[in-house]
Amino acid sequence: MNDDKTQEKTSKIDLNRRAMPHQSPKIRRNNFEEVALGYTQELAEAEASRCLQCKKPRCQTGCPVGIDIPAFIGCVKKGDFAAGIKKLKEKNCLPAISGRVCPQESQCESKCILLNKGGEIAIGRIERFLADWEAAQGKIDLPEKAKPTGKKVAIVGSGPAGLTVAGDLIMLGHEVTIFEALHKAGGVLVYGIPEFRLPKAIVARELDYLKMLGVKVFTDFVVGKTRSIDELLQEFDAVFVGTGAGLPWFMDIPGENLNGVYSANEYLTRMNLMKGYLAPKAATPVKKHLKVAVVGGGNVAMDSARTALRMGAAESHIVYRRSHKELPARAEEAENAEEEGVIFDVLTLPLAYIGDENGWIKEIECLKMELGEPDASGRRTPVEVPGSNFRMPIDAVVVAIGNSPNPLVPQTTPGLDTTKRGTLVADPETGRTTRDKVWAGGDIVTGAATVILAMGAGRKAANAIHEYLTTGKQ
Amino acid sequence: MNKVIERSMIVPNMHVLVVEAPEIATKVRPGQFVIVRGAEEGERIPLSIADYDPEKGTITIVFMEVGASTSVLAGLNAGDEVPTCVGPLGNETVIDTFGNVLLIGGCYGIGSLYPVAKALKAKGNKVSIVLEARSSYLIYWLDKYVPLADRIYTITRDGSMGTKGHISRLPDVIHGMREKPDRIIVNGCTYLMAHTSEVTRDLAIPTVVNLNPIMIDGTGMCGVCRVTVGGQMKFACVDGPEFNGHDIDWKEFLARRKAYLREESLFFRRSDAAFAHKEGKCAWHE
Repeated sequence: MNDDKTQEKTSKIDLNRRAMPHQSPKIRRNNFEEVALGYTQELAEAEASRCLQCKKPRCQTGCPVGIDIPAFIGCVKKGDFAAGIKKLKEKNCLPAISGRVCPQESQCESKCILLNKGGEIAIGRIERFLADWEAAQGKIDLPEKAKPTGKKVAIVGSGPAGLTVAGDLIMLGHEVTIFEALHKAGGVLVYGIPEFRLPKAIVARELDYLKMLGVKVFTDFVVGKTRSIDELLQEFDAVFVGTGAGLPWFMDIPGENLNGVYSANEYLTRMNLMKGYLAPKAATPVKKHLKVAVVGGGNVAMDSARTALRMGAAESHIVYRRSHKELPARAEEAENAEEEGVIFDVLTLPLAYIGDENGWIKEIECLKMELGEPDASGRRTPVEVPGSNFRMPIDAVVVAIGNSPNPLVPQTTPGLDTTKRGTLVADPETGRTTRDKVWAGGDIVTGAATVILAMGAGRKAANAIHEYLTTGKQ
Repeated sequence: MNKVIERSMIVPNMHVLVVEAPEIATKVRPGQFVIVRGAEEGERIPLSIADYDPEKGTITIVFMEVGASTSVLAGLNAGDEVPTCVGPLGNETVIDTFGNVLLIGGCYGIGSLYPVAKALKAKGNKVSIVLEARSSYLIYWLDKYVPLADRIYTITRDGSMGTKGHISRLPDVIHGMREKPDRIIVNGCTYLMAHTSEVTRDLAIPTVVNLNPIMIDGTGMCGVCRVTVGGQMKFACVDGPEFNGHDIDWKEFLARRKAYLREESLFFRRSDAAFAHKEGKCAWHE
């Protein structure tokens, strides 16, 4: 058994946080199959047995959707997985997804009382185990829905925010219809997060669950173009806007429009949603790049760098202007990337992309940085080291420094106010926008953030929409 | 899923595709496009809308077969289904009372200019049109333009119809016109739009182009359609696809347009038709 932490033999408390089996780095860097293989039943029970079942569980306060964590872990401890998944699904209709992509180390697990002793409970891994266990049973128990209210809700965008709203409102007896612009539902879960981190079959499974509950899903339907929000309001009693990520940010440095300079959105969408990773079996053209640099240090940057390796790059670099310690990516994702051979060029700032005569990138001009005083975010500010310019020969660059919110709905909906950053103005507690009967949540409100924060925003908006639909209060 | 009502080759390598898309047909305005996916596991490609019928609930697309994805579309027949046809995307062509408007179309652009011509005519403009092709046999839809256009000019590379040469002969055409155009709108391959813009800058005629970059989602997410307009980064899917032709960094746009040319032709080896086309200066085949 692989141990994350050495067992404290003297203590009665079991601090042996059970590691999850993984594909070995050398093998997985050449395939798109899931990296983490999930707990076995024995591992899940052993890990659950370590939980102290606190009277005042702090873990729960770290969960944006307020899952009753000790309760579902307690079920696993007893080996009652059916009860565990039921408990989990009371607050989270997408456990197979959040069990995989939630940053538990900065949420529930960061609050675990055992953290200081170095053995916090692997809550995410147990959550994932339960979801996968249920799927493996081949039959899914549908919970009982509230009786039909006759109210109709339109959800714009099928990412984590929209799916959460759909899951919550369908259970409360409302009629729910999701409109998705792309040809597959799931939003960032299908176009962005790669197969090796979140298999698309799992997203499909969660979607099927929602459809079994009665959620209607229309793909290839662009709200703001195919139909406007105002038109939807003629047919629906309420609308939730969860349109997520929009145009990618660039740094406004020379050469960003050279061929071979991709936005992470393009790179990942081409590989994932358009199945570029299956080329030439799939008819999506992809380039072979031998040396790829990914600019940025978040999860999307890690996804891109690791995808590049799997697409056959001999070298895949992360170019990040701060140090290793400040990487915004989940520690686990950065570790996975490093194990697979991604090279971290930290304290490095791209200054310009230099192209060849045909308009293809061939080099990046970079500058070394050093860390100065902490900035407003508490992270130490990178400061340029004068005269440290150097050039890095490269075949491709993926720019993964974030994105603005999607512009289509704000552009085409009068009265829907936006902030200076282009995000929708919405009440953080309810998701209510400046338009009657319109709520919003996820990246379209917060700017680029995480899957679970979007799910949390979806939960709050669902509560507010339900309140409106049942009491008329907005 | 959208049902194919008709698919036929209108001139060599150029196809007309009519699909059932009732929501799009009622919404579409001249100059807009759809994103189409011909195969379940393939790419998404933007195609301009060349006609639409809200009553029948259909839209018409004219496209050239240039690679893997368009060859799948070219193989469709009435009754088949297109896995994805989504839109209408992009901003519409600005339709106003300009006076004399000269439309210039080549390739698929002969098709996509048709709704523009109709709308301009309805708005009271005097509409003339230049159709540009390698040879007379590649010119189509003359019959549709005859009732709309005051004058129809043609420029063919081999001189088989109208002025001999390519679009650099445009000044000759314009000098032959009774009144200088107040506005020029170009649809077609990148080469045609770039060169027209070059020529009309000297003639000081406002020139609008309808860009056709590579796109994925077409809704302002992927960023692949970025183009430098007046020194600024713009996104053709949500800021365009129409821009002032005189402001575009054409060299960069051409290079970006051709990014996957090699991969496309590798997929496309089985047909010689695309390579026969390379004599012409169409951006895809240079």
